[in-house]
Amino acid sequence: MSTTHAPIAGQTPPDVHFRSDATEMPALSIDGVSHSYGARRALIDVNFIVAPAKFTALLGLNGAGKSTLFSVITRLFGVQAGRISIFGYDIRRDPGEALRRMGVVFQPRTLDLDLSVMQNLQYHAALHGIDHPEARMRAGELLARIGLADRAGSKVRDLSGGQMRRLEIARALLHRPRLLLLDEATVGLDVKARADIFNHVRQLVTEQGIGVLWATHLFDEIVPSDDLVVLHQGRVLAHGQVARIIADTGAQDINSSFMRLTETAAEFGSLSP
Amino acid sequence: MISVIIKDQPAGFSFAQYVTCLNGIVWREGLRFVHQRERFISALVRPLVWLFIFAAGFRQVLGISIIPPYETYILYEVYITPGLMAMIQLFNGMQSSLSMVYDREMGNMRTLLVSPMPRWYLLFCKLLAGTVVSVLQVYAFLLIAWFWDIEPPPIGYLTVLPALVLSGLMLGALGMLISSGIRQLENFAGVMNFVIFPMFFASSALYPLWRVQEGSPMLYYVCLFNPFTHAVELTRFALYGQMNWTSLAVVSSCTAIFMIGAVFAYDPSRGLSRRGPAGGET
Repeated sequence: MSTTHAPIAGQTPPDVHFRSDATEMPALSIDGVSHSYGARRALIDVNFIVAPAKFTALLGLNGAGKSTLFSVITRLFGVQAGRISIFGYDIRRDPGEALRRMGVVFQPRTLDLDLSVMQNLQYHAALHGIDHPEARMRAGELLARIGLADRAGSKVRDLSGGQMRRLEIARALLHRPRLLLLDEATVGLDVKARADIFNHVRQLVTEQGIGVLWATHLFDEIVPSDDLVVLHQGRVLAHGQVARIIADTGAQDINSSFMRLTETAAEFGSLSP
Repeated sequence: MISVIIKDQPAGFSFAQYVTCLNGIVWREGLRFVHQRERFISALVRPLVWLFIFAAGFRQVLGISIIPPYETYILYEVYITPGLMAMIQLFNGMQSSLSMVYDREMGNMRTLLVSPMPRWYLLFCKLLAGTVVSVLQVYAFLLIAWFWDIEPPPIGYLTVLPALVLSGLMLGALGMLISSGIRQLENFAGVMNFVIFPMFFASSALYPLWRVQEGSPMLYYVCLFNPFTHAVELTRFALYGQMNWTSLAVVSSCTAIFMIGAVFAYDPSRGLSRRGPAGGET
């Protein structure tokens, strides 16, 4: 896997402009979404957008509601309140059109351990209606890109954690989505595997124009040029470019900026449901 | 500045794409079954034990009079063969539902549920895939039973196929419906005790209903209203090239009801959302 786009703070992205048929349409639009588990409110009036060809980090501590939000966006949970659309397709009214434009890497592993690498990809392709020869061709290309071409016939259970994650990302890209969601994709990986995956995803943004929503609780995975959504106890505390959020909070870095935001929210009691 | 134009995808799916999806799900279910040799062996051993041991022991105790579809006196082994065929499908249906619970716990179910294909169609494909596996098991059982002098008319091997598909769909849909309500894998043992055994024993699989009626009229009505009884009778008649219309109607109706129930139960707004995210996620 190439590492040409290291996450260096202040790095200027290449001057590439992506135009979509669906012009000016946000890749993902979350509008007033709330979700509860019984009496417990996991998401409270969440609003933000993910622009096409943009890396958007969703930052929140454990328990902030990131995975719940992912489950609602991917239609695993129904939308209880608010509206979610992907490139203009409402997830409730046009779930098929919305889902086919989106690739997802969930926090827990979702690969079939007893199938081979290629079989996992072919299964995913079939679920998207991609025929066998086309699926093999696309899978071959993706495996070559993530450095797993020689493991196509290997059982997934024989792969390392980092290889599994790369495979999951490749699988999420197999149907050529224009929005990629990754929920804590680097959790449990070593430094090298983390960097590989991180750089690979950033390349997808700069080279293929894919909009990315990257959920994380790690500050070092965010760079100043990213868009950032700060989610805390189910609420969005800030949304915008990282550098601007840091400046607005009068902090030196994203770490202290996050601390100020959460402390302020607690002081004003806005977090009580 | 480089300009990249991203073409939007055409809306909707073609018929060929639906077929590709079905093939993929059946293929994956088949691969899974092949990888689980123990499952195949146990699926065959269970009915064969009933056939070779239980039926041999009870042959002298239970007399079977001439009842449709049989035209002459038959051995007890011959009588219970359709019941054992349906038993294979019953266990397979529950096994499929067990694997759905397992998939849900392991996270694999998400791969299926985030597919852009309609959810009802995905569940139907999953159901059909399980049915294909169960039908293959039944034919493997019939092959072995043939060497044990269980020899239905040759045409019966063909005419029984639609009946096996239909009863497989019904029992698979029942398993799917049950699995949607099971929260954890550990709870599945309860299903075995409260669903499989009562369904199997309170049916015409092991003894004709007129015999049950002589012993207990109440149990007779329980058996009569048990959908599994009708899966057995549909199979029994079809194996001899005949049709039991009542059983066909019951099995068809129950398949539709269980399937609609399963689709409803897997609806995200009514199913998964009540359970909350998987452990460790927030």
